[in-house]
Amino acid sequence: MTKRTVQFSIYRYDPDKDERPYMQDISVELEPTDRKLLDALTKLKAKDDTISYRRSCREGVCGSDAMNINGKNGLACLTDIDSLKQPIVLRPLPGLPVIRDLIVDMTQFFKQYHSIKPYLINNDPPPERERLQSPEDREELNGLYECILCACCSTSCPSFWWNPDKFVGPAGLLAAYRFIADTRDQATNERLDNLDDPYRLFRCHTIMNCVDVCPKGLNPTKAIGKIKEMMVKRYV
Amino acid sequence: MVNRIVVGAHYGLKDWIAQRATAVIMAVYSILMALVLLMVQPGDFHTWRGIFAHGFVKFITFLFLVSLFYHAWIGMRDLWMDYIKPTGLRLTLHVLTILALVGYTGWAASILWRL
Repeated sequence: MTKRTVQFSIYRYDPDKDERPYMQDISVELEPTDRKLLDALTKLKAKDDTISYRRSCREGVCGSDAMNINGKNGLACLTDIDSLKQPIVLRPLPGLPVIRDLIVDMTQFFKQYHSIKPYLINNDPPPERERLQSPEDREELNGLYECILCACCSTSCPSFWWNPDKFVGPAGLLAAYRFIADTRDQATNERLDNLDDPYRLFRCHTIMNCVDVCPKGLNPTKAIGKIKEMMVKRYV
Repeated sequence: MVNRIVVGAHYGLKDWIAQRATAVIMAVYSILMALVLLMVQPGDFHTWRGIFAHGFVKFITFLFLVSLFYHAWIGMRDLWMDYIKPTGLRLTLHVLTILALVGYTGWAASILWRL
């Protein structure tokens, strides 16, 4: 591949200077080795160092560089730059307060995550080495534990936009099911009680935006369905 | 009252099941009715009335309408929950919705058994 110039339209907002947000048109020349959107953002930052975004691992593990790319949430470090239509429109994740440019305040998102108690609850004394599980029981945790909490899913969910303070959101519910499904956890009933609420769980109307955007290919809708299934099983 | 976010009403599951059950009832009724209309092909009022003269048709039609109203209640409640934030106003709308739907149920019964 040769050198190429890529056009961007980037959401800019610095609350200290700008009265309101605006879109900045900017282009950048890329080397043949620049393949991901994050590579281009690095070049853009060198060109205009006031452009702000979060990044860390640059390989889809930390979940820092989640943003709205051409209208769809995703990780800049996993998105092929040549697969995107130009000008590439970059906006912060929708529905969360903007701190500056592409950086959003994730407090609400993590509050919901903490509300489902994302840790193993087991009151038995810890065994000498580890708490064992059968391979079949362990299998159930696949597709659940891989979540990196980038917030792509929750911020693409209209139910989370309307009620971010009350609806747990797809990321939180996926994590909730990760512990409900864990045979080593002893708080299943309390976890189900905690979610049995018209807002916390039942705001999900199964529109599957979360599945559509998850950069790790996870399926929160399926996990939510399994939580509901367990509630039905407990109830009838 | 302090302004704190309160959740944990411990309901929702029954409504979720009811919404699905009523949807199934409405779907089955729609298919049945479509088949009946295809077979009978009513061209005038008397044929129409003939269909609804059967006790069974009255029964399943009433079941369909009750399902529709219950389904609508859950949907409307969700709408009020999403868009109406003041508790007093929302409660008033809830009550008005229930009253309207209960009224519709009575009205539907009176229409069906008049036929």
